[in-house]
Amino acid sequence: MTATTPLWADALTATFLVVGGLATLIGSFGVLRLGTFFQRVHGPALGATLGTWCFVLATVAQVSFQSGHPSLHAVLIAVFIALTAPITTIFLLRAAIFRERLTGLPDERSARQ
Amino acid sequence: MSSLLSFCLSFSLGCLALSMAMALLRMLIGPRAQDRVLAFDCFYASTMLAILALGLRYRSSSYFEAALLIALFGFVGSTAMSKFLLRGEVVE
Repeated sequence: MTATTPLWADALTATFLVVGGLATLIGSFGVLRLGTFFQRVHGPALGATLGTWCFVLATVAQVSFQSGHPSLHAVLIAVFIALTAPITTIFLLRAAIFRERLTGLPDERSARQ
Repeated sequence: MSSLLSFCLSFSLGCLALSMAMALLRMLIGPRAQDRVLAFDCFYASTMLAILALGLRYRSSSYFEAALLIALFGFVGSTAMSKFLLRGEVVE
């Protein structure tokens, strides 16, 4: 089974895996570390775009080289995440703005400056 | 599987585990409800990527369906919680 995957295919998969893992880690670190909610909401986008596409391309490359024919079904996950992640973010931002106004406290976005 | 790929798989799985831990920590300390929903969003994305990486490691195609299902139900749950925060109800 090892003979069917050449070394450069393994290196390509490994590069995608490392880049995707680091991108997701940086995005999650931003979720933990950044100061206000409206800064934090940018964090998961890094994992949803660069992270997901890197892992999906790694899966496509490795499975295609193992099975010998192109298998593109993992792209379905990336397309699905690309469709759904903005919807979730917009819903969450609208809820956050609504709740900020509801509390009557000074707006978090203007209080930051 | 070459030792290079095996090492990089372990490295990316470690990155994803650390990222899940950070999202969980934000879910615990999040000052308001929208921070917790955001942390849940980040958490399920990292979990889905970790399951994709596990599918590469164990060479099984069953992990793909699990990752797709997690993406689907994570989207449904996250949207339902955001809708609840916005309106106070999920289905009006």
